[in-house]
Amino acid sequence: MGFCLLRDCKDLMILVICVRDCLNYIYEVIVVGAGHAGVEAALVSANLGCRTLLLTISMDTIAAMPCSPSIGGIAKGQLVKEIDALGGIMAKVADQTAIQFRVLNTSKGPAVHGTRTQNDRHLYHTAVKSILERHPDLDIRQAMVERLIVEDGRVAGLIDNFDNHYHAKAVVLATGTFLHGLIHIGKRSFPAGRAWEFSSDALADDLKRLGFQMGRFKTGTPPRLKRSSIDFSSMKRQDGDDVPGFFSSATTEVMLPQRSCYITGTNENTHKVIAENIKLSPLYSGAIKGTPARYCPSLEDKVMKFQDRDSHQVVLEPEGLETEEIYASGLGNSFPPEFQWKIVRSVKGLEDAEIIRHSYAIEYDYCLPTQFFHTLETRLIKGLYMAGQINGTSGYEEAAAQGIWAGINAALKIKEMPPFVLDRYEAYMGVMVDDLITKGTDVPYRMFTSRAEYRLLLREDNAEYRLMDKAQKLGLIDKARYDRLTEELLQIRENIERMEKVYIKPYEKINKALVKFGSSPIHEAASLANLLRRPGINGKAMELIDPEWPCLDPRVTRQVEIEIKYEGYLKKQLHDIEQLKDMDRVKIPCDLDFDQVPGISNEIREKLNCIRPVSLAQASRIAGMTPAGLSVLMLFLKGRH
Amino acid sequence: MSDKDTICAVSTPPGEGGIGIIRISGRDAVRIAGTIFRPRRGGDLQSSASHTIHYGHVIDPCTAETIDEVLVSVMRAPATYTREDVVEINCHGGVVPLWRTIGLLIQAGARQAEAGEFTKRAFLNGRIDLAQAEAVIDIIRAKTELSQRSANEQLLGGLSRDISGLMERILRIITCIDAALDFPDEDIEMPSGESLEEGISSIIRGIDGLLSGYIYGSVLREGVAAAIVGRTNVGKSSLLNALLRQNRAIVTEIPGTTRDVIEEFINISGIPLKILDTAGIRHTHDMAEIEGVKRSLAVIESADIVLIVMDGSQALTPEDYKVIDKAKGKTAIGVINKSDLPKMTGSFEWPKIQMEVSCLTGAGLDLLKQKLVELMKKGAVPPGEHAWAVNRRHKTILEQSKANLERALSNVKNCLSPEFISEDLRGAMSSLGLITGTTYTEDILDRIFSTFCIGK
Repeated sequence: MGFCLLRDCKDLMILVICVRDCLNYIYEVIVVGAGHAGVEAALVSANLGCRTLLLTISMDTIAAMPCSPSIGGIAKGQLVKEIDALGGIMAKVADQTAIQFRVLNTSKGPAVHGTRTQNDRHLYHTAVKSILERHPDLDIRQAMVERLIVEDGRVAGLIDNFDNHYHAKAVVLATGTFLHGLIHIGKRSFPAGRAWEFSSDALADDLKRLGFQMGRFKTGTPPRLKRSSIDFSSMKRQDGDDVPGFFSSATTEVMLPQRSCYITGTNENTHKVIAENIKLSPLYSGAIKGTPARYCPSLEDKVMKFQDRDSHQVVLEPEGLETEEIYASGLGNSFPPEFQWKIVRSVKGLEDAEIIRHSYAIEYDYCLPTQFFHTLETRLIKGLYMAGQINGTSGYEEAAAQGIWAGINAALKIKEMPPFVLDRYEAYMGVMVDDLITKGTDVPYRMFTSRAEYRLLLREDNAEYRLMDKAQKLGLIDKARYDRLTEELLQIRENIERMEKVYIKPYEKINKALVKFGSSPIHEAASLANLLRRPGINGKAMELIDPEWPCLDPRVTRQVEIEIKYEGYLKKQLHDIEQLKDMDRVKIPCDLDFDQVPGISNEIREKLNCIRPVSLAQASRIAGMTPAGLSVLMLFLKGRH
Repeated sequence: MSDKDTICAVSTPPGEGGIGIIRISGRDAVRIAGTIFRPRRGGDLQSSASHTIHYGHVIDPCTAETIDEVLVSVMRAPATYTREDVVEINCHGGVVPLWRTIGLLIQAGARQAEAGEFTKRAFLNGRIDLAQAEAVIDIIRAKTELSQRSANEQLLGGLSRDISGLMERILRIITCIDAALDFPDEDIEMPSGESLEEGISSIIRGIDGLLSGYIYGSVLREGVAAAIVGRTNVGKSSLLNALLRQNRAIVTEIPGTTRDVIEEFINISGIPLKILDTAGIRHTHDMAEIEGVKRSLAVIESADIVLIVMDGSQALTPEDYKVIDKAKGKTAIGVINKSDLPKMTGSFEWPKIQMEVSCLTGAGLDLLKQKLVELMKKGAVPPGEHAWAVNRRHKTILEQSKANLERALSNVKNCLSPEFISEDLRGAMSSLGLITGTTYTEDILDRIFSTFCIGK
């Protein structure tokens, strides 16, 4: 018995055929998993005009925030803004559903500012779900994928647990923590992808069968407490900024009522309970084998490793407007429930606190990211891409950034267009992907500004300018936005020139302004640019000094201020980039057999064979690569030409 | 620096007397050697057969002066060490002729070889079998570590250890800064201005310690370079001639006669003293002279000792002060010439060492030489425990690193945001890494996590 459904969509016929009791769906790109990576991948692929299918185990957890109810932060803010610059949705939805806006590090320079929001996680989920559901080129289906269909080393589609077939030439796996997910609470452990969700075991086994090297990581999430049971009066309140900083340049106003976070901390009692019962933690009993995320350690880890500390910070974050649940950041642990209560209640202000959801640890399989190309396509199977936690990363923003990256490349593959890769000097995304595929990661990878060697250039404030050309070329942003950015860039350039040329005489008004901002008065005419370069003088001061300044778009003055003030450093980094490009120009042929390169140590040879760098610059970043090994490689490449 | 240049270097350890061998390699090796070599039997070096030895003299082509009696070996590519044309000159006359010969070769178009450069060429040109992998790697590595020629194992280990120590200290500061930058929500405190100043200053002192070793190393390797500087017409060339007791530079009454930098060597206590006579520094529109003045300023930069010549018979002019200003920070002697005339200069504070001489009568010249010996010896004796024979390349790197640290320091004082200080410190560290061949990116994160308690 068979039937055939034809759906007309643009110029493309979509087929759903029933053959021998199983359905056959035919798409161009299929994305597995609807977390932050999956939704960006599916959406961008559909935006680029590919018939796209998004498969998820549960429609109710699309774009879920299973851990912290917040988006952004240091270095993560850059990622979110880069996603926005490429037409992704994370920034816009984070702005729309934010119940607190805060820019971190504002006392520091612009390169290390980090926009961060607290979000209503339920609203975040519904907002994303609704965008996806309404997209004309995107279908979503609830299904559990079990196997890949691979033909001649190319992916051809997927098979679910009902033996339904989904055909596509490009597949993006974004399965998060679901592969062989195993939750631990005390001595108990049970398979789950997230708390109380199915784990994905068959797919994990299938990837191993196909020859992927897998590793095992551990992460966790803290307990959720009942708001009304908490005594906030003794805690420090943390509000959002008076003037909110948005992720997306399209956002103009705050949409929701704003909420505060509260700060308290553990104490000696907490630490005593933990130390005395440490054997009850699966982390210390040996039950957990996965490598823990080092930047969000369990409380038991913090207490045991940093014994000189008498307190660890606890931040209570609201999970949303309508919910009583409070996320107790800093109290994550994997103790049995009864001890979790003891630990929570030892904290000041939480003496009567009630736990709604217990904290848990989760172990899961990930795919060693050194097996990918820069496009996040696997070297093993053509057309197969991976993004997010499956690649050994952690964090919504890291996931979303890889999602959009892999989604773009999957779509470009279908369209037979050249791949999309950003370099380390273009975007934090580029740093992350290059780190992952070149160095791999032995702990869950999180973005930090210290990972970016060009961090002074890779700022939140210039993300759109950095990526506008590439985004426009691919059609990821519309013409109006591109034109606006072009116009802004023009104004920025004109005003930088103007500031260098215009000299200001030592009027009393000017000197007053200079003194007010901690600088010394001038006695002869000085260029606006030179005044701005003085310590203490910033955009605010220029409002009083430069008559034209207040008339300019704040987005323009921001760039002018940064470009002039930090010119020396920015130029130096640009110079460094030129040097890197020279090394980048020395390409390594993809068919190069590193065994044929004489005179390099076996350790480096092994790494080269495994990572297969595409250029000398990438080879130089491989851990353990020596200048000598690099010279040998360079000479060998020279000899080949 | 190009691999196509013809390079030359003394390939034997320096020392007074005995034979010194100069090796020249590159396309123009035979031609360049030919311009300064006069074979005893006549004829032309360029037409000589490969792998032949020739007896004759090194001649200064400008003055026709005989510099040394030598044996010259001509070896043509490819059957040579570097697979390029190679000429070796066996000099017999000791250090001074050896260095003058090198000087002549450079004048004729060769370039002084970098440490390990001959071996590098041998490898580049496939002379060294790639199967000898380990040896090759060591050779290339020599470029980023100590000069093969001058370093013995002990020195190499010592310098690397000291530099690693400095890098470690820089890294510790970066770790503290970056931890506070990347984790503003954790209670990690940004290091205070004072603690940063203290930390960075102490690293600068460490680098200064290593730099003091440079003088020691370079004295043995290259001799001491003394630059004679001063405004026009104060008697710089006369001083040079008086020191050399020969009529080498043109001395005239017309300001600006000496437009090129003239190099001469004298041998004091076995250490070669290279004297650089420079164009007078004055305000001028003459293009050739402007070039000369530019070069003079560059010479001050590169000299180990600066002799600032002043006309004792006149009051100091703004141009004199300009010269003094340019030389600030160097080891300098104020040479007040024309002591045969009444002294009109008045007193000045710097340079502290002031010597009165008369190039005309020769008065005070011996004292000046003594002073020079004293200063040279100061450099020639290892000053303290960090006196690794730091070569010129290391010196440049150490100075780069120091410049970064000094910028960091001034940024701390100006309360610039810490990521810029971190950037300066990274610059300082990656410079130092050029000597030891190490980089430290991932280390910073590892350290943050092992040092600070981080996470929610």
